This record gives sequence, C-alpha cells and structure tokens, in this order.
Amino acid sequence: MAATPALQVLTSNRLRDGAVVYWQAGAWVEYFKDADVFHDKPLADAALAAAMVFVKDRVVVNPYLFAVREEAGQIRAVEQREIIRCAGPSVRRDLGKQAKPSMEAFDVSI
Amino acid sequence: MYRYDEFDAQFVKERVSQFRYQVERRLAGELTEDEFKPLRLMNGLYLQLHAYMLRIAVPYGTLNAKQMRMLAHIARKYDKGYGHFTTRTNMQFHWIKLVDVPDILEELASVEMHCIQTSGNCIRNVTADHFAGATDEEIEDPRPLCEIIRQWSSLHPEFVFLARKFKIAVGATPHDRAALLWHDMPVEIVKNEAGEVGYRVYAGGGMGRTPYIALLMKDFVKREDILAYLEAVLRVYNQDSRRDNIHKQRIKILVNTIGQEEMQRRIEREFEEIKASGSLQLPQEELDRIKAYFAPPKFETLDDEMPIGSYDFENWKKTNIHKHRAPGYAIATISLKAIGQTPGDISHVQMDALADLMDQFGIDEIRVSHEQNLVLPHARKRDLPAIFARLQKLDLATPNSGLITDIIACPGLDYCDLANARSIPIAKDIARRFENLDRQHDIGELKIKISGCINACGHHHAGHIGILGVDKKGVEYYQILLGGSGAEDATVGNIMGPGFSAHDIGPAVERVVDTYVKLRQNGERFLDTYRRVGMEPFKNMAYLEQMYAAH
Repeated sequence: MAATPALQVLTSNRLRDGAVVYWQAGAWVEYFKDADVFHDKPLADAALAAAMVFVKDRVVVNPYLFAVREEAGQIRAVEQREIIRCAGPSVRRDLGKQAKPSMEAFDVSI
Repeated sequence: MYRYDEFDAQFVKERVSQFRYQVERRLAGELTEDEFKPLRLMNGLYLQLHAYMLRIAVPYGTLNAKQMRMLAHIARKYDKGYGHFTTRTNMQFHWIKLVDVPDILEELASVEMHCIQTSGNCIRNVTADHFAGATDEEIEDPRPLCEIIRQWSSLHPEFVFLARKFKIAVGATPHDRAALLWHDMPVEIVKNEAGEVGYRVYAGGGMGRTPYIALLMKDFVKREDILAYLEAVLRVYNQDSRRDNIHKQRIKILVNTIGQEEMQRRIEREFEEIKASGSLQLPQEELDRIKAYFAPPKFETLDDEMPIGSYDFENWKKTNIHKHRAPGYAIATISLKAIGQTPGDISHVQMDALADLMDQFGIDEIRVSHEQNLVLPHARKRDLPAIFARLQKLDLATPNSGLITDIIACPGLDYCDLANARSIPIAKDIARRFENLDRQHDIGELKIKISGCINACGHHHAGHIGILGVDKKGVEYYQILLGGSGAEDATVGNIMGPGFSAHDIGPAVERVVDTYVKLRQNGERFLDTYRRVGMEPFKNMAYLEQMYAAH
C-alpha cells in the first residue's frame, strides 16, 4: 500500500462552471497559491470530510486530496495532472489560471 | 445534406427541454452527481480538468456553412474562442459552464445540431469517408446509410444502455479513409458478382487497451436486409457480452473470445429470426428518400484543367488536392495541422471565415475527417488559387495532408481527465522537427498518431508510428509503436519497448524516421519498410542515446 504523502492540498471542481477550486480555511478559493497545505493526515481527512457539506450543498463536485511538495520555499503539486489543473493547458499559456498577470509562472513545459 | 423532418426537430427540441430541466434539478439539489452524470453524458457533457467539456455531434462529419457559423458563435460566446475537432469527427469545447449548456443546446438545435450519441454506452455518432459523394472511387455515397443507422439507433429501446459504447463506420471505396476496420461494426458498401449493391459487415474492431481489427461477419447482406443484420449483431452483443468488467465489455472481446465462426453463427440465428418476423426491412422508397438529401450539387460543365500557381500553391496541390468525380472539380483538404499549432484546433475567426468562403465559392458543405482536418468536397478547380489565398491568410493552408506533420493527437493531459500524459506538446515538437517541406516530401506518407492514455482517442494503435503517453509515478513517459495502419491494410502497431521521457520522445522519433530513410527501397513508404525489415533496426536506433548514456 502506498504511503500517504506528507503534504496534501484539497481540491474540487465547482458545480456551476466546472472551475478548479482549492480548500482554504473552510471555503473554496480559485488559486492553488492560496490553498491550505495539510501537513498531517488527520487534518487533511477532516478537511475532506468538511468539504462533503459543499458537495451536499451543490457548490462543488468530487473533492479529493492530492500530494504536494515543498521546493525552494514554494509549494508545488507532485503530479503533472495537478500541475496542469493549477495552471491551465501547457499549450495555451493565455488560458486558465496561469493567464492572470499576477500569477507566477508554472513550470509545465516540455 | 440531410435536413431534419418534423420528428427530428421535435425530438431534439424535447431533448433540450429535458436537459434544461435536469440541469435545474441538479442545481436545486434534486439530483445528486451520481444521478446526474449519466444524464449529462447522454448530452455529450463531461467534467474535465479545467471545466466542463461539451462534445457536439457532427453526423458523418458533414457541416453546412450555417452550422460552422454556429460553432464559431458557441466558441465565442460560451467558450474561449476556439474548438477542437476529434477523431470521431465531432467538435469539442473545453471551457463550458454547466449553467450555459441548456442555452447552447437550444442554439445548436436551431441549426439542426445536437450532442446526442456522443457519449455513454450507446451507438455513437456514425462516421464515414470524408470524401463521400465526391470521390470517383466509391460505389455509392455511404452517408444515406449512416443517416438510416442514426434514425434506427437513436431511440432504439434495446440499445440505449449497451454494455459499452458502440462505434459504426460506413465506407464505400477500396481505399479506406475512415479507419473502418477499427470500429465495433464496420459496414462496407460492395457489389456482388451479379452487380447488385449490398453490404459487407464486420464486427469486433476497436482500440483501447485491447486493440483488435474487426473480423468479417457476412460477405454480402442484401440492401433491404441491412438493418435486420445490424440489429442481429447488436442483439448478440447485447445478450452475450460480459457486464462484470468494464475492460472486457466491448464487442471485440466477445468476438475474439468465442471466435469468428461462433459469432457468425449466433448473428445468423438472430438474423434469420428477425427476417422471419418480417420486420426491419428497409424499403427502397425510404432509402431513396434519404438518398435525395445527399444528392450531389448540380455540377457545372467545366474545363478540367488544373490551375498553375505560385510555389506555395503548387506545394499545396501536391498533397491537399484530390481527384473529384466530376470534371473541373477537386476535393481540397484544409489542414488543421499548421506547424506549432494544436492538431484539430480551430478558432472562431477561422470557422466564420470558412463559412464565408463556402458561401463565396458556392460550396454547400464542409467535412470533418477523422484525421482532424477539414475537407471541401466540391471545389471548382478554377477557384482553387483564390481559395488557397484565403486559406493562407487564415493559417489554414499548410501543405501537409498525409505527410509526417499531419499528426493526429488527442487533447491529452492538457485538457482530459482520463489522460496520463500530454499529447499536444509532443505533436508540436515532432511537427517542428520535420517542418522542412522538402524533408517531408522526401519522407512521404507517414502517419503519426498520439494518444495521452490507453483509451486511444489519438488512434496510436493505427499509427505508422504510434505514440502512447503513460504515467510513471506522476511523470509523463511515451511508448513508441510501429507498423500500425488505419487504412484498408489495417494493422495493430507493435510496442517497441520501454517509454521515453517527454524530452527524449521527439529525438527518438527522428531517429526512427532517419532509419527508415536509410533502409527504404524502391519508393517504399515507412510502413512498407517496417513490414519488410521488422522492429529491430528501428529499435536499435531509437534507443541508441540511452545505450550511450548507460555506458
């Protein structure tokens, strides 16, 4: 059985528009940089349980936890899938969350 | 092209109303996501990485100018200004909001379009040769049969909830442009020895994790019996296929488990029963009625001379212009594979401009090919220089149809929730490596097909060079397959070996192609050379860098 990753972030898609959202202090925010980072499993699991209320209330669908790591003082998603969800399509840098001028660059190039 | 009758219009209108109500109920909490998901999938709506994705049916790949303008409008109003043509000849929009979908469906219905049969375990949008009705090779236009199959299958109570999705394609030429034998049930229009037109039916083709080429079920089905025979195939599939394992539920697994002969026997038994009941006979009058919708335009009497033009125009002619059945006319392929662009993507500006071009040059319809290009089926030869000039301005005149840069690629991990790896950046990288047109011409026909996961939407099994994206602990890797074909000599490609990193896959493909150039004999295509010499020489060169690195 795979070990539970040390650091995790909780994410989901908003029901009305499908937008990627992240968990921050009991609510959903649009940007990965604002997301809560869970350092231990009980806290992450508690957030996931709390998130299910938002599923019931038709705010989001399919919340889940994913692995992140700390790199040069920054939090980054471990898997390519989550890196792309955080940023937007790597082939259209003008679209998705990466398109917002204030967003720092995401390293998703080949 | 086909025009909705009263029933079609009512059916689509009702479906829009039903879905509007279903979305309202979902948003009001009367439906859970588990309850809603099959309903949205029945209307082509997926939840993908960044937003919802709406897949719009383009039946047998045929669009008129009004419909093209509607797709441009949807791209502009509801998406981010572009759409993506798929290997099922459908259109996908990747940035859709759930709350907008009922309005989008209503707008689509106003131009006789919908998203029905683009998802779920049903008979999917039927595809056909994109040169249908224009090529001089065909026995007859396959699209009337596609339309009849659509009408027969859309509300068929037995086939709404099949074990898995079911894909049908219809062809009518010796040269297969529709990847016919890769379908669950390919239908080929043929003539028997007496000169009668009928149908050759196959079953059990498919890609995915277990690729199979379809096997012949019946060599000649009479015209009036075709629906009875297709129903018999579907019945055997519906009754006998597994339902306990999603990976074993396609008809290809059934056919290859019980064998060709047993499958034929079971179908024949059903077929005889259906025929004996006297139902499902296809009356000639009905066939004629549908055929009338697909009557070719009135071809003018024109000089058959092909215009001569600039260097660029001549290059475009070499690969993108094809022989038409009528003198003075040509079939023109509009490449959606500009170097460095996403295969199959098209902007709202390009869509609108193409609709204008169709109007200006009197071209009633445009086709979507499974190779993610567009086709003008009936262009006057004398108009080609002007058409080319317009396409050049739109960045739609890339002269690469059938060449190495005419790459099929699925949306991959840049958009798709199922993908393990990105396809588009790999396609772009390879296209840039082979950008030089002289080199492309020297290499000749070479079909590269890239999928971002084992579901094979990018047809990697059928690529002369196939590329499959895989996930290794969250990192993208790419396997190479060689020797696949989606043409009349359909073949499943063979996996070369371990995957390459995203950084290494482009150079590896280049070494494979260079190996072909060194080994080819007497005008052999890449596929011919591979079939003659086998995997080894290509494999040795592809992994060369890794071998150096290891030492």
